Amino acid sequence: MGGHDGGTAQPYRLATGGRIDRGRTLRFTFDGRTLTGHPGDTVASALLANGVRVVGRSVDLGRPRGVYTCGVEEPNALLRIDAEPMVAATTVPLRDGLAAASLRGKGRLTEPDGAAGRHDKAYLHCDVLVVGGGPAGLAAALAAGVTGARVVLVDEQEEVGGDLLGSRVRIDGAPAAEWVAAVLGRLAALPETRVLPRTTALGYYDHNYLVALERRGPDATRLWHIRAVRVVLATGAHERLIPFPGNDRPGVMLANAARTYANRYGVLPGRRAVVFTCADSGYLAAADLLAAGVDVAAIVDPRPGDGPAAAAVAGRGVEVLRGAAVTGTGAGDQGVLASVTVRAGGHERVFEADLLAVCGGWNPAVHLFGQSQGRLRFDDDLQAYVPHLSAQAERSAGACRGVFGTAAAIADGFAAGAQAAELCGYARPGRWAAPPTDEPDGPAEPTAPLRDLVEHEPAPGAHREAFVDLHRDVTVAGIRRALGAGLRSAEHVKRYTTAGTGAEQGKTAVTSPVVSALLGDPAGPTTFRPPYTPVSFAALAGKDRGMLSDPARLTALHDRHVALGAAFEDAGGWLRPRCYPRPGEDTAAAVLRECTAVRTACGALDASTLGKIDVQGPDAGEFLDRVYTNTMSTLPVGSCRYGLMCRADGTVFDDGVVARLAEDHFLVTTTTGNAAAVLDRLEEWRQTEWPGLRVWLTPVTDHWSVITVAGPRSRRVVAALAPGLDLAGFPFMTWREATVLGVAGARILRVSFSGELCYEIHVPSWYGAAVWDAVLELGAVPYGTEAMHVLRAEKGHILIGHETDGTVIPHDLGLARLVATGKRDFIGKRSFARPDARRPDRRRLVGLLPEDPAALVDEGAQLIAPDGDGPPRPPVRMLGHVTSSYRSAALGRTFALALATAAPGDRLVAWSRGRAVPVTVVDPVFYDPGGARRDGDPADRDRAPEPPPRPLAPAAARSPLAGYAERFAAAGPGTTIREIPFLRMWEVRARAVPSAPTADVLELGPGWWLIVGDEEPVVHHGCCVDVSAQRTVIELSGPEVREVLLTGCPIDLHPSAFEVGQHAQTLLGQAPVIVQRTADDTYRLYVRASYAAYLADWLLDACRAEVAAAS
Amino acid sequence: MLLIDCPWCGPRDEIEFRYGGQAGVAYPEDPAALTDEQWAEYLYVRDNPKGWFHERWFHAAGCRTWFTVRRHTVTHEIKPGGPDGAPEPGRGRDAPDRRRRFPRGLA
Repeated sequence: MGGHDGGTAQPYRLATGGRIDRGRTLRFTFDGRTLTGHPGDTVASALLANGVRVVGRSVDLGRPRGVYTCGVEEPNALLRIDAEPMVAATTVPLRDGLAAASLRGKGRLTEPDGAAGRHDKAYLHCDVLVVGGGPAGLAAALAAGVTGARVVLVDEQEEVGGDLLGSRVRIDGAPAAEWVAAVLGRLAALPETRVLPRTTALGYYDHNYLVALERRGPDATRLWHIRAVRVVLATGAHERLIPFPGNDRPGVMLANAARTYANRYGVLPGRRAVVFTCADSGYLAAADLLAAGVDVAAIVDPRPGDGPAAAAVAGRGVEVLRGAAVTGTGAGDQGVLASVTVRAGGHERVFEADLLAVCGGWNPAVHLFGQSQGRLRFDDDLQAYVPHLSAQAERSAGACRGVFGTAAAIADGFAAGAQAAELCGYARPGRWAAPPTDEPDGPAEPTAPLRDLVEHEPAPGAHREAFVDLHRDVTVAGIRRALGAGLRSAEHVKRYTTAGTGAEQGKTAVTSPVVSALLGDPAGPTTFRPPYTPVSFAALAGKDRGMLSDPARLTALHDRHVALGAAFEDAGGWLRPRCYPRPGEDTAAAVLRECTAVRTACGALDASTLGKIDVQGPDAGEFLDRVYTNTMSTLPVGSCRYGLMCRADGTVFDDGVVARLAEDHFLVTTTTGNAAAVLDRLEEWRQTEWPGLRVWLTPVTDHWSVITVAGPRSRRVVAALAPGLDLAGFPFMTWREATVLGVAGARILRVSFSGELCYEIHVPSWYGAAVWDAVLELGAVPYGTEAMHVLRAEKGHILIGHETDGTVIPHDLGLARLVATGKRDFIGKRSFARPDARRPDRRRLVGLLPEDPAALVDEGAQLIAPDGDGPPRPPVRMLGHVTSSYRSAALGRTFALALATAAPGDRLVAWSRGRAVPVTVVDPVFYDPGGARRDGDPADRDRAPEPPPRPLAPAAARSPLAGYAERFAAAGPGTTIREIPFLRMWEVRARAVPSAPTADVLELGPGWWLIVGDEEPVVHHGCCVDVSAQRTVIELSGPEVREVLLTGCPIDLHPSAFEVGQHAQTLLGQAPVIVQRTADDTYRLYVRASYAAYLADWLLDACRAEVAAAS
Repeated sequence: MLLIDCPWCGPRDEIEFRYGGQAGVAYPEDPAALTDEQWAEYLYVRDNPKGWFHERWFHAAGCRTWFTVRRHTVTHEIKPGGPDGAPEPGRGRDAPDRRRRFPRGLA
């Protein structure tokens, strides 16, 4: 049977007919055998053409199974196809060289190859979304499209046309395919209509948000996120099986599938057939099988009397047995169907047949309707659930609404499309007569109910082979067992039997009808949940994998750190150097060396990630007094103060230094990880609780690079950087404006986390790299976050997230001095008076010294009382836990911080991972408790000042994307990407639009503008903050730009919704951006400097995908 | 994915917003005057109705405005408006000047 001579040896291939290209032969393998097929085939149709009847074994009972359907509802033909471990062969188009294999044993995933797959997502907004491209869907899209509405039509098949492609119906006197082609031609001519073939709507979510998966090629998908004003569901119907003994043999197939293989794929599904049907459509299938040359031995119909449907086969010599049923099947070679036993008129008759085409009736495909929370009702004539009450702006049309027959579906679809467009505000299309067809318009007789076919009191052992769900191997006997166990609801039976939980979610199964039949009571349908068809994780992940999976925010010094060989860590979304190991040095040694450098000489830290908020306004001091536990309004201009912010429940939220820049102008710094949360919180209280306060908040984190120069020799470094600065008159906890390497307006803060003499140098981020280079040239040793943590812990300074955990109040940290005790209120104050806050046994910050100075306790270790040797014996009282633990170069030993109910001198055990480390409780300040070193090494004070180093060159500006010019140039045809660096920008918050005549004024929010221009705008009653280095601008131009942007931008970028000159703050990929449309095909993206590299990589990737998709 | 009607930016996807919980829970005038129970009520106790709920949203990735909507917790239908359907002048949550409407896409 295997075809080795190229296309002629497909024994079940018809000589003519079908939508396949017999001129070309495709070779593929199935379980190692080489077979052939043609373009237009699915893997399933090609297998059938080659006479492959057994495609696999059932999951539970291991019974042989064959192709059962021709679509996504396939329960049997689930194969491994190339790298895809489990896909329905009925949905995969055949391609040359494809390797298919039946499933056996455990499934396995191939190692994902990042380069191989191309998966992304895209956002679409439309007026009318039509799901399904059969007769109803095509008519709906056309009716809506001609009104000028924005229409999207998604269809899951290789070719749009739905059931019409597998039917011999003639529309307007011509084959249905011609009508399909004509409608598609008209849709293609509509500029606002987009047709997405090979696209399956997987989920219907709130507010008409649908997610659809487009298959763009082998291992290439796009997940469309579609927001529609109105939805037309035209998802058709699924034929269902009939539960009789032996209904699972290879050779038993849904009647419509058999007909489709004959009509659409030119494949004989069998040579001699019996048709067992509960509905009129089985007669049409029989007629089509006859036309294809199948010998139809009999049509078995359980409905009594004569029916008009038999007219379809009249005069063709087919025996029609009414009031009859199939009661069993006989098997031949490999368990394949050989005979069919029929009970008719009280007698049993056996027909020889290799095909049993079954139709248990039709289930409207109400999956998406169900997901939309619409309510269903049971239709007695159809013996199926149909849509009843919509929950969203949606309408079903055609077979998924229970409207069967081609002409009726077209008319229903057209009405639904026209209505949807009208509800979107478009003029109703003119009157339109549905084209005539040569088919009976829908069923003339009701579908036979299943209860007539399921015996209520069967003989023992009956129904063991009458399958209800083929994929899950659930039988009528299994359902009966579930009911015998007392289950009554279809949901419970589903969970008990696993019916409907397979890959195809039981689309052909008859669980609910069988439960109803056995109980004599209607059982409801089970809940429909997304996804409609299986979807791979790769498709869901899209581009969010590898470096794009989680945007790493980078500082302006990032490439300097890379060049220094830094080991990076993720810190609140940023990539920060943890340490800078030298060749041959491990991490621990590097950290000790860096700590020593800071304690004895001079170190340099990139602290740019520190959150920075510019707070301005006449009430700024009052505002800060309300959010900090200590008082900021009394801070003199030019000074800095450390402060704590608490939540309303009194727990510590964040800490940082506040610098008073002017009478009504403060700079608030936050921890790296909390910067966005702090800003959001301040904005919340400002807007919702204290709208009367005149204060404005502007984030400036990305505008400033911050380089911390710490150590007894740091004064010399700063002197060289800022020669004009009076360092003698620059006390601790003050700040000075300075010119640093020729950059005017830099700020230097004398604060210290390490306890050493320390200067925090803030320069606009364009100059960060130049200043860093100079600092290192002056001898500072770069140190990373780990050394910073060790140094601060030696001083007993807390780190938010280490020493705080959402239960800790300032008093626990020994920071009661930072809690104002005056009459004024601040966030969290009331909570300090709660009994819990005053509990004497609260855990407090303490220091720990392991008794073995080389032992490092685990962070998170529990502190318990010593209790002899061996593991602690329950009950064990937990006295606290270790919050930070390090090796100290300065102390020459290990040490730790902990939150514990303990006093200095107590001896405890730190217990973790089966290891007990004896520790002694000490004061948490380990190093320089008097604070003498914050002004420099006391031993150095009398030393003569060193000669100033040679003058340094002025700092050169460098833009965030300076290294991307070449990559942008190679972005590919169709799209030009460039950075527009060094634009001057200001953020203005005021009551009225600022006067800036020559500038670009972007309104960002209520009373909030971004001014892009040459001159600082004049602002009255408000504030203006220089944010030039906060963002950079990426300009995209070219005809494909909108297609690139919609792969990451959730807002509607349609030219009519987003006109030239408009702008919006939104997201692109995972980066917050301002999108501005400056010309027809030109967009500017204003992106935070720290996200610029992520966005550039993301855009380059998106452009590549667009080029790949176009080719 | 909810579609939330920002009073400033127009309808936008839920991912651009941050949830702010029940609306109309004002910070007490004088927390010091409250009993511990009353203070705990303010801190922790919120309504959890089946049906219409007044809640706050923050357009974090857009205009950075806090605003109030009514959402039906069963159907997720969203309507504009503060508690009692009325704006709350002075509280800032739903002040009339924030409710100016702009064309879609214009931030």
